[in-house]
Amino acid sequence: MKCSEFLHELTSYLDGVLDEKTKVELENHLSWCHNCYVVCDTTKKTIEIYRDSQLYELPDDLRSRLRSAIMTKCQQQKKRGPQSV
Amino acid sequence: MGAIQNKLDGPVSEEMALVRAAKAGDDSAFEELVRRYDRNVFRIAQHITQNREDAEDVVQEAFLKAYGNLAKFQEQSKFYTWLVRIAVNEALMKLRRRKPERTVSLDEDIKTEDDSLPREIADWSPNPEQQYTQAELREILSKTIQGLPPGFRTVFVLRDVEGLSTEETAAALELSVPAVKSRLLRARLQLRERLTRYFQRRENGDEKKAKNGDVKNDVASGDGDL
Repeated sequence: MKCSEFLHELTSYLDGVLDEKTKVELENHLSWCHNCYVVCDTTKKTIEIYRDSQLYELPDDLRSRLRSAIMTKCQQQKKRGPQSV
Repeated sequence: MGAIQNKLDGPVSEEMALVRAAKAGDDSAFEELVRRYDRNVFRIAQHITQNREDAEDVVQEAFLKAYGNLAKFQEQSKFYTWLVRIAVNEALMKLRRRKPERTVSLDEDIKTEDDSLPREIADWSPNPEQQYTQAELREILSKTIQGLPPGFRTVFVLRDVEGLSTEETAAALELSVPAVKSRLLRARLQLRERLTRYFQRRENGDEKKAKNGDVKNDVASGDGDL
């Protein structure tokens, strides 16, 4: 496997959807190609950092305010009767 | 190195029971759906709009639209996927209004095949996030993802942050599966490349310089190449 082929398969590899044969070839490539190993490892860390970051969490007070605004508007909409939104 | 698992695999039938009750006029069932997904919708909206007030509006408008159109929901996909599609459209509309001078579309593609090829191949420190405070880290992550085109960051957020499958992401964004895969790869590689500037292992102990050097300056330049 060449580096360009590794890159092409990287997303499927990280998502665990690679077929067994390609996976073995890819891991073999990673065992000797340090650059691709680093790209693979740091891409995986990139995903994990974003996933674990709690970026843009909805604070509880805002959450309750939004929910009650939504439900009030829903009820107003219901009173007005069915319409295309 | 193992695969990364999706985290969002809720019980579909329970969700569908709530949807059916809501369709039949039970507002508390709809409120439960709001409770279940408001955080996700807010996160997605803020990732796309990069603006908190817009994200708040999107949460309200998306749920209101879902409520008004519930009868039209065919139950052929998860309710959540359908809701995400509504929320993404609302968020993109906000973005277009805010940046009318720029074209904002999920269909935009990148100029060349090579723009995602790795250039920075430095290894990262063992626990890179620990070099920064929580607030600094959030600023870095937020600024870094802002630099991606909206079509890329939307795919990344749905797949990697919210844990939708490739097929669900494709359905929510009305894109083909290969288009989702290609954008996801490019988004992941571009984020990795940009984060490497902050997280790379430094041999000569100048982490302090990197740390204070350029979070602020980068924020100024990170206006997002839409």
